[in-house]
Amino acid sequence: MATAAQPKPLQGEPMTVFMGPQHPSTHGVLQVKLYTDGEIVNRAIPNIGFLHRCKEKIGESLEYQAYLPYTDRMDYLGAMNNNWTWALAVEKLCGIEVPERAEYIRVFVGELNRIASHILLLATFGLDMGAWTPLLHCFREREQILDILEELSGGRLCFGYVVPGGVNQDMTPRAMELAKKFIAQFPARLDSLNQLLSFNQIFIKRTANVAIVPREMAIDYGFTGPMLRASGVDWDMRRDETYSIYNKFDFEIPVGEGLKGTVGDCWDRYYQRILEMYQSIKILEQVIEGFPEEGQHKGKVPARLKPPKGGEVYVRTECPRGELGFYMVSDGSNTPYRMKVRGPSFCNLSILEELTKDMFIADLVATLGSFDLVLGEVDR
Amino acid sequence: MEHLEIFNLLREKFGEDAILEHIVSGDEKDPRDPFILLKTDTLEDVCRFLRDDERTAFDMLHCLSGVEAPECFESVYHLFSFKHKHYVTLKVCASKSNPSVPSVASIWSAANWHERESYDLLGINYEGHPDLTRILLGDAWEGHPLRKDYKMPEHDRLKELGF
Repeated sequence: MATAAQPKPLQGEPMTVFMGPQHPSTHGVLQVKLYTDGEIVNRAIPNIGFLHRCKEKIGESLEYQAYLPYTDRMDYLGAMNNNWTWALAVEKLCGIEVPERAEYIRVFVGELNRIASHILLLATFGLDMGAWTPLLHCFREREQILDILEELSGGRLCFGYVVPGGVNQDMTPRAMELAKKFIAQFPARLDSLNQLLSFNQIFIKRTANVAIVPREMAIDYGFTGPMLRASGVDWDMRRDETYSIYNKFDFEIPVGEGLKGTVGDCWDRYYQRILEMYQSIKILEQVIEGFPEEGQHKGKVPARLKPPKGGEVYVRTECPRGELGFYMVSDGSNTPYRMKVRGPSFCNLSILEELTKDMFIADLVATLGSFDLVLGEVDR
Repeated sequence: MEHLEIFNLLREKFGEDAILEHIVSGDEKDPRDPFILLKTDTLEDVCRFLRDDERTAFDMLHCLSGVEAPECFESVYHLFSFKHKHYVTLKVCASKSNPSVPSVASIWSAANWHERESYDLLGINYEGHPDLTRILLGDAWEGHPLRKDYKMPEHDRLKELGF
């Protein structure tokens, strides 16, 4: 079994290096202050906030429905799921019902977006590790998903599609055709990507046994989603705290097993996403099979939402990067009194300082890559 | 455990005085998640008890939010237990003139950044926090933007321009 080399201190002159905010492997505007001793990082302190856009403050000054575009731009790689979580929170606060057909469309776009997000991790993580080819393959696959989502919503990155009460536009036959075509060929493509990257010896040597997060540590730091499951915790909101119509579908929750190293290492976190993509395909097949022939795509929603005074809800759902939470407080007016966003990347990133003590700089890149950060959501 | 059972357990353990208010789940007309309002000085003991006790085992702090209520600054804790798969929401109130709440960063590491964020945007002082500095805004920033009386830096200029 491969084990990561233990760094030996050089005892040379310590040096402080700023990694980012313009650095390809920080995946956005993240700055990490590194206290280094040669190749070894003694301490890495993340500095965030470069992309802070006062989303919570804006939320307090806009009417409920008007906040939709802002949710897109938090986690811009999982915009559908963000729309959805926000819509669920508003629906719970205002007591809005969602028609069944709309629920099917929501699961449809949500799972497609999950694949689009995970496949981008595959691409960029490979790139961080020096593998250029998978990126091109991954973008070819992602393009097909974006075509489907564009057909439905008109957008390719920020959709603004899932709204309180349902979805903006009804399902089209063309989107269904494209999805069927995509689902038929995607698992085989994923298999070949596995051969190309996942089980590549060089890649395994770079990622297995690196930055191991044990189960207790993951829970203590508030890990959620694939990061948590890679550490061996069998928990998925879609199954265990089911929302929408996920209870109708049959799918498995993969959990990190430490196949190539130790449970909760970088390779596990990476492979977790691969396994989840297979499950998303499984869900999508069932969505298409059971898709209602008729029905509304949007329920009745008043033009101006005014939830009762004193209402407060906390809604969380399973997004590509983990559990996104919206905590909304109403004071009876047509704008929220307080809107707190619990971004999964924010919580996941907070572990970085403790995790990267006495680590090679190259391993730090692997660690950051396996976190699948979206800084739009960290900074909000 | 249901919210009510946790409430009863806490009342038994810490006495009637420790809990100021208990709201059970509302209905359609009053959509409200249940919560327990605690006395500020008992927060740390209660949190430690909730984490360590076998019956509750709240091993995860899911979210920590600061809220400026009309009368006080609230700090809201959404806890979750992977062992029992149950939730509880705790709240404490801090005075408007000197908002200060004990830190729970030593109990859940996740609280560290959440408390810094809440300090940054709302100016709630988390006593005992290892490094209570601004996190989203720059160190030189003045004021706490999520406070209701916060004036945007451009406020006067925008008014001049007629916005």
